Amino acid sequence: MSRTVSARTESAYAISPQRIGAMMLRYWYLLRSSWPRLLDLVYWPTVQMVTWGFLQYYITSNAGFFARAGGTFIGAVLLWDILFRGQLGFSISFLEEMWSRNIGNLMMSPLRPIEFIAALMVMSVVRLSIGAVPVTFLAIGFFGFNLYGLGLALVAFFFNLMLTSWAIGIFVSGLILRNGMGAENFAWSIMFVFMPLTCVYYPVTTLPAWLQPLAWVLPPTYVFEGMRALLIQKVFRGDLMLDALGLNVVLFAAGVFGFLKLLQSARRHGSLLQSGE
Amino acid sequence: MPGTPPITVERLVKIYKAIPAVDGISFTLKPGSITGLLGGNGAGKTTTIAMIMGLTTPTSGRVTVLGADMPRERYRVLHRMNFESPYVEVPMRLTVRQNLTVFGKLYGVEDLRGRISELGRQLDLTDLLDRPTGRLSAGQKTRVSLAKALINNPDVLLLDEPTASLDPDTADWVRAHLQSYCRERQATLLLASHNMAEVERLCERVIIMKRGRIEDDDTPAKLLARYGRRTLEEVFLDVARGVASEAAQ
Repeated sequence: MSRTVSARTESAYAISPQRIGAMMLRYWYLLRSSWPRLLDLVYWPTVQMVTWGFLQYYITSNAGFFARAGGTFIGAVLLWDILFRGQLGFSISFLEEMWSRNIGNLMMSPLRPIEFIAALMVMSVVRLSIGAVPVTFLAIGFFGFNLYGLGLALVAFFFNLMLTSWAIGIFVSGLILRNGMGAENFAWSIMFVFMPLTCVYYPVTTLPAWLQPLAWVLPPTYVFEGMRALLIQKVFRGDLMLDALGLNVVLFAAGVFGFLKLLQSARRHGSLLQSGE
Repeated sequence: MPGTPPITVERLVKIYKAIPAVDGISFTLKPGSITGLLGGNGAGKTTTIAMIMGLTTPTSGRVTVLGADMPRERYRVLHRMNFESPYVEVPMRLTVRQNLTVFGKLYGVEDLRGRISELGRQLDLTDLLDRPTGRLSAGQKTRVSLAKALINNPDVLLLDEPTASLDPDTADWVRAHLQSYCRERQATLLLASHNMAEVERLCERVIIMKRGRIEDDDTPAKLLARYGRRTLEEVFLDVARGVASEAAQ
């Protein structure tokens, strides 16, 4: 055995924190080397928050109900951004490997798929933090909305939304691995299907009756309903968070299963070496 | 495991949409050997290498690398293998040192700093280590890819066109380096190339593929004698143009 590499007898399922760290280091080097990438992380969340914040400001000064529902729009925007940017952060880190034609190098290395996924999950949190944390402070300064004032509820909201964003990001990455860059658009657009169905800006009862069961299958619906309950009725709905968690566990497992199946299919179709369109 | 051949390929088949890319090939490589895989475009060289690396699943047949069944048991041996191919690149925005650091950590290389310095010296990359890979010339990038392929001192090295885009002097120097690496470490090298002079100089065995099958398999000297030719290029052209069987007789 080569003396350069540390001696080991690893099973296919052994997880190495060093390899996960290596991938995080790779993405950190990339972010550090490119200010447009860093700026892009902050730009859209800021634009979104400011636009919806002013809309909320206008509505609350003209409608009695909304005056009581202070912060629901800005809160929804910020939570939506966690969901959307979480998935995008995951998918963009993955796409960086496709854009740089590095995926063959990674798949040929000892990096396990599960380690790759873990590194992408951590990086999605890092990217989200770089983009969203400054925006939450801007929301306090501009509109007096303190997301951190949600307290422990915010932790439950955040965790559930991240789980959903990872599950979708993992599945989309599998689609890209299997189908090449022709599937890249899914990474940018798939989350928008969730926007009307998860009732980001309105209660589930606003949807037609036949569509409501579909909305309740999606974990983020519970989070946005929970946020409105907290901001309007001042009640934390732990039951909604537990339901979301249960659905998220199923969705996450389905995402990982889908990714592994698509990776298997990519190996069968020989698409790991030729990862173009 | 002592005595285990580094690479064994048995009746290997890969079919894409009813078209065979690799059609029932078999060969075994000896430890420390350098073997050339020759063939025209679409002959099945890259698909064969992809199956040996575990990147592509065979339709049927079997590949074992260092005793591990590929791709099923690939994680037993991937840290002892490496490759370079024109189909993949190292990330261009990262500096050479950053790229080698990331891959070194992925492969679990001990004394990584020392190994990067050593490779920098061996492949004449020392002055380039802190430059972004994307800003290097094509030849320098090829040397970086080679450094990545050697970062873990692999026992099995698979190279697809390793000296493409290198000037003749650098290409010759890289060949000499690969030769001494394999000799010193008893590493096994499988090399796909269109460069006949390269194959003639480096390889002690040549496997010629055509339409997914092995057309011939021997030492360069025996191939030249059998076909009555002076260069491997002439042998290759005989095989490619279908006069191989007549010539060989």
